[in-house]
Amino acid sequence: MELSFSLLVQQLFIGLALGSIYVLIGVGLSLIFGLLTVVNFAHGAFYMVGAYVAVYIFEKTGNFWACLVLVPLAVGALGLATERWLVRPLYGRGLDYPLLLTFGLAYVLVDSVRMIFGVQGEHFSTPELLQGTVDMGFGPFPIYRIFLVGLCATLLLALWLFIEKTRLGLIVRAGSRDPLVLKVLGIDVDRVWLLIFGIGTALAGLAGLLAAPLRGVNPEMGGPVLIEAFVITVIGGMGSLVGAIVAGLLVGVVVAMTTLFQPELAELSIFALMALVLIVRPNGLFGREGLMS
Amino acid sequence: MKSQALLTVRKLEAWYGRSHILQGIDLEIHAGEIVCIIGRNGAGKTTTMRSIMGLMDKARGSVHFDGHSLLEMAPHRRYHLGLAYVFEERRIVPGLTVLENIRLGIIASRHRERERHIIDEIAETFPRLQERLSQMAATMSGGEQQMLAIARAMAADPKLIMLDEPSEGIMPVLVDEMFELFTKLKKAGKTLLLVEQNVELALSIADRAYIMDQGSMVHHAPAAELLKDQAIQERYCSV
Ligand SMILES: Nc1ncnc2c1ncn2[C@@H]1O[C@H](COP(=O)(O)OP(=O)(O)O)[C@@H](O)[C@H]1O
Ligand SMILES: [Mg+2]
Repeated sequence: MELSFSLLVQQLFIGLALGSIYVLIGVGLSLIFGLLTVVNFAHGAFYMVGAYVAVYIFEKTGNFWACLVLVPLAVGALGLATERWLVRPLYGRGLDYPLLLTFGLAYVLVDSVRMIFGVQGEHFSTPELLQGTVDMGFGPFPIYRIFLVGLCATLLLALWLFIEKTRLGLIVRAGSRDPLVLKVLGIDVDRVWLLIFGIGTALAGLAGLLAAPLRGVNPEMGGPVLIEAFVITVIGGMGSLVGAIVAGLLVGVVVAMTTLFQPELAELSIFALMALVLIVRPNGLFGREGLMS
Repeated sequence: MKSQALLTVRKLEAWYGRSHILQGIDLEIHAGEIVCIIGRNGAGKTTTMRSIMGLMDKARGSVHFDGHSLLEMAPHRRYHLGLAYVFEERRIVPGLTVLENIRLGIIASRHRERERHIIDEIAETFPRLQERLSQMAATMSGGEQQMLAIARAMAADPKLIMLDEPSEGIMPVLVDEMFELFTKLKKAGKTLLLVEQNVELALSIADRAYIMDQGSMVHHAPAAELLKDQAIQERYCSV
């Protein structure tokens, strides 16, 4: 295999596509941590549930686009229920209570899925419309991965517009700095936290669906993803959205490039990247000044 | 003899964690009054305001505001009844502009459809803020930030505004400007509860004053009377 410029560019794109999935996971985790100061150990499990909900809906409808709409809604609803009845009673008790709770919830979700779908895992094929490759000037490129990058970019744009341009977004930005002041200005902070937890878990579920054609579906798929998501938030800076985006893409590209040269080191490379970033910037690339920095 | 009070506090006790701070205080404010609480550092003035706003770990007794019992009510609902609070530490939200900080005061209120109009009114009342609406709030001087905190608390047209040491650490020119504003607000029918270290200035605009010490209200009199009473001022207010 000759190492050509076009191969490098191709691999860079593959990295960006993988990074897009990381970004969705990392942004959700970061939103939840940045606003609720909840370290969500169930984030990987929500991702896994997303993939299984996709399997189920695809079985019933045979329609990938229905999955695309219904998976985030279903996983988001599960997230809403989790926040409302499990996480909310633990606010004000420090970081460890919600951490342990979500840690336990992850096990419950994984075991429930094992009981319902079995332990053997499922196959999820790329939707017909998105199969095949196109030539983008540097060799053939899988359409599904272009779709991933496009979808992720669109969602991030929507999220950015929501946070920067809407009333609710203003509340979210203020809440990431000083929730107390919101309370005395008439804002029901509990409802805002509920919404954020819902959005964060919906993004995790969507990421699970999108990863399914690439990585397959099994009850344990959330484990490595949780670790990757934490690495991303640490690299980007805990609680920073921009940090999660940059770090997610960076991790995707580093994994893709390492895979090209030394596939057996791909797993290790993201930890090396994290160590490197932490040596240079102990608070991560974007520290934590606020949600949008 | 008087009409029913806007705010009535009876036997109010409050705790931070396990420390019992308020020892059962009584306080009454009538619509249109400026009432002032004075007392040494640590007397419990901030705690009184936080209790009325609903920010304490635990509170007991009764707080009635405009016909509603507040004690079990969440802080954001108290705001919607017309109760506003300006923190001693101001709590301007960093990372937001001046305009965005003001909008926070309107955004959840029933006035939110009139946002543009309210901002124009505020800009008129606070010319210093008008020039800086798009500036990052955290880059303003302490005095300007205090003005912003007051503007934000007034945005939803509250009935009672509680101000915790508004003149603390602020240039004298701005302090004068601020107290002129308070008198104007009173003329416009607003009700103010004021905690101040600047005792003489506060008493000069207030109708009545409470003196607080070690979590209790120890004295209460018309402001004009206290202004003349050097002995009391020295006993409870010298820092
Ligand atoms: N967060 C807190 N935790 C525990 N004790 C506090 C806290 N804040 C204030 N106190 C105590 O409560 C008492 C009253 O404080 P405060 O109401 O702030 O007084 P003031 O505003 O009159 O200076 C003081 O003894 C102070 O030490
Ligand atoms: Mg105080």
